[in-house]
Amino acid sequence: MDFSLKVWRQDSPDAPGGFKTYQAKNISPEASFLEMLDDVNEHLNTIGEEPIAFDDDCREGICGMCGVMVNGHPHGPQDGTATCQLHMRKFSDGDSITIEPWRAAGMPVVRDLIVDRSPLDRIIEAGGYISVNTGAAPDANVIAIPKEAAEASMDAASCIGCAACIAACPNSAANLFTAAKIGHLSLLPQGQPERWTRVIAMVETMEEYFGSCTNHGECESACPKNISIDFIAMMNRDYVKAQFKNFAKIGQ
Amino acid sequence: MTENTFTLDAKIPQGPIQEHWNTHKFDTKLVNPANKRKYKIIIIGTGLAGASAAATLGELGYDVEVFTYHDSARRAHSIAAQGGINAAKNYANDGDSIFRLFYDTVKGGDFRSRESNVYRLAQVSNEIIDQSVAQGVPYAREYGGLLDNRSFGGAQVSRTFYARGQTGQQLLLGAYQALARQIELGAVTFHTRAEMLDVVLKDGRAVGVVIRDLVTGEITPHSAHVVMLATGGYSNVYFLSTNAMACNGTAAWRAHRKGAFFANPSFTQIHPTCIPASDEHQSKLTLMSESLRNDGRIWVPLKAGDDRAPRDIPEDERDYYLERQYPAFGNLAPRDIASRAAMRMIEDDKGIGPLKNGVYLDFEDAIDRLGKAKIEERYGNLFEMYERITDEDPYTSPMRIFAAPHYTMGGLWVDYNLMTTVPGLYALGEANFSDHGANRLGASALMQGVADGYFIIPYTVGEYLADWLNIDPVPTDDHVFAEAVDEVNQRTERFLSINGSRSVDDFHRELGKIMIEHVGLARDREGLERAIAEIRSVREEFWKDLKVLGTSDSLNQSLERAGRVADFFEIAELMAIDALSREESCGGHFRLEHQTEDGEARRDDENYAYVAAWEWKGENWPQTLHKEQLEFEYVALSQRNYK
Repeated sequence: MDFSLKVWRQDSPDAPGGFKTYQAKNISPEASFLEMLDDVNEHLNTIGEEPIAFDDDCREGICGMCGVMVNGHPHGPQDGTATCQLHMRKFSDGDSITIEPWRAAGMPVVRDLIVDRSPLDRIIEAGGYISVNTGAAPDANVIAIPKEAAEASMDAASCIGCAACIAACPNSAANLFTAAKIGHLSLLPQGQPERWTRVIAMVETMEEYFGSCTNHGECESACPKNISIDFIAMMNRDYVKAQFKNFAKIGQ
Repeated sequence: MTENTFTLDAKIPQGPIQEHWNTHKFDTKLVNPANKRKYKIIIIGTGLAGASAAATLGELGYDVEVFTYHDSARRAHSIAAQGGINAAKNYANDGDSIFRLFYDTVKGGDFRSRESNVYRLAQVSNEIIDQSVAQGVPYAREYGGLLDNRSFGGAQVSRTFYARGQTGQQLLLGAYQALARQIELGAVTFHTRAEMLDVVLKDGRAVGVVIRDLVTGEITPHSAHVVMLATGGYSNVYFLSTNAMACNGTAAWRAHRKGAFFANPSFTQIHPTCIPASDEHQSKLTLMSESLRNDGRIWVPLKAGDDRAPRDIPEDERDYYLERQYPAFGNLAPRDIASRAAMRMIEDDKGIGPLKNGVYLDFEDAIDRLGKAKIEERYGNLFEMYERITDEDPYTSPMRIFAAPHYTMGGLWVDYNLMTTVPGLYALGEANFSDHGANRLGASALMQGVADGYFIIPYTVGEYLADWLNIDPVPTDDHVFAEAVDEVNQRTERFLSINGSRSVDDFHRELGKIMIEHVGLARDREGLERAIAEIRSVREEFWKDLKVLGTSDSLNQSLERAGRVADFFEIAELMAIDALSREESCGGHFRLEHQTEDGEARRDDENYAYVAAWEWKGENWPQTLHKEQLEFEYVALSQRNYK
């Protein structure tokens, strides 16, 4: 298969960027999207042009490292699929494909298709954990967790932190990412003691970097793990409730 | 190759094995809580071992500095582990115990691991489950709300805890969150997109590292009282493997060149259930969790060269060869055995799929028995992943699978304290060699990674640190750091100045082909000798004809890969040398010259019941072999029998 690619090239965070057009020739329909880019890069290296920089690693859709805008869609046209799991058989021979980095003020371009997603770590550091030191845990079966709760928690915990939800959002909001982590922990009994402080700390950190959610729902459809925006509703409810909690008296 | 009779001291505690770990913890020097912050610890890598060690050492009060080449601690390849984590909880009430987990692991490793280390691993396995549940890892549960278990290869009990097919992801997120908490508290200083390119020694001790900032290209020295490498394995030496694209052996190899012995480099695991390669341009192979063998049945057509679609082949014309050859373990035979059995089927022209390079893993019976919904609940995400890659629906047609390089049991030699032969330098997780012998059982890598990080290193590091109280780390303006930075700079510039004609990937692919052909599933003297010659000649070519564009002071992914592939060439040669020197078959190391009549591995315990620890002696490759003799007091040496 042959494709015409329009790719965003930008040397460094401060350098001006622009689109360049490349031809991808003789690509196997079995190739993944990133393998197609590998092929283009091999060619660029041969003709003396620096290869296109892009983030990737596991190429199994779990590490969350990869992710580009493919014709305006985060991770491309296939539902529930990270860029690395997208295969060229989903395109037609001769297609033009526009490839851009995630676009959000909170995630500046580092080079070409690579962006800086470190604000996501800041959100987790603000409270996306259960404070339990190593060695302090009781036996794992002391607290029974209803199967449904564990499954729902796991649905949220499947988030791979790729930031497609932010790239998809017209407001560049990180609500789905943040809500997924909050949902993961607040659905479990172990997450209850810090439930209310966690939601405040994480939401407020999120707002330092990203826009506000206005319920477009683009995030859900872009999510390679199909995480539901119901978690955003849960987060919002908890955030409001938390404003009225007297932390000194929680649990009484 | 030369041999040395110098005895490696593994520091194994005395007394009954059940007491080793407790005795050792008691005998190990402690560091007073108020003194802990005076000690600086550098950790490289944030997979399960690195992140859990960093979090725990931070909690204890040490001054911890962590480096990862990823953009976040959550990306490390531990995240891709699918099936589960073993523990001796015996929640399933099927006769499991610490001793049985220990026994299965030693036997599964084909008697080439250290009994004492494995026993400790089995002991702490239960604490891992407690710890991770407390952190919020959403393991699968029964309707009553208690934890569910499943079976894995090489065991006849159900001891594997799992979170769908994403157990590694959930455990790593647990460790990452614990680490994030320590970063927020200021106990851990964290650097992303920062790759370690050398270990720095002074007077024979590890005193720091050299780091390249992958965004700016800046090369900087960092000093500490101890350095811990949690940098994973080297399966990418085969180019095509189930490892992530960036996984590499550079940190371990740089340490080896500075004096850390490299143990059992030829012990690599070729995992039996991966999606077969589809064409030349493929960049990596994808694992399909071994847990699938709980419900899937492996088969090939009975008749060689049978081209019919799988569903057109009637039951009596199928060969469920694992069930036939290993009735006791059936489809859950250990990985090395299952991989070789598949290889024999393909050699007999019974391979299936367009390239005849796979065998079937069929869920038809399980779906009939349990219903599609149950199978979806157990393996939904794996089936989806398979569908994405192959465009085939495993609910209606069987999966095609074959063996692919997956894990390296070999790694830096460490003693019972996880310290390498360089004082002050530790290796954790897959980067060390310690617990899996010649073959790792499924769901044991997660167990070992977190055991090392959460429960072992936080105690054992005290033994070394106690002697350095109130002595500052070597300052980074010391000449040893300047020299190390210089060396790294020169090497980096050398890659850029070759200006040849071939890309890094092109060389890597060529190396991979040599390795999979001669140092893969089956090895023999002739092939290994040829491999060594070929590796040398391609390596020479690499240093003459490599083409890396761009500069060293910017983000340059080709340059990053060049350094890693350069080291893979050297690791590859040591793997072949090690495989050649081990005149026996054991676990993943299968020498065609040493097999039983029915094609099983034939060990030679008389002569080879040792850990081969290699010492770097300089550029001309006179690697010296040191032997750590293995003693088996608790598990009787026997021919492994899974029939």
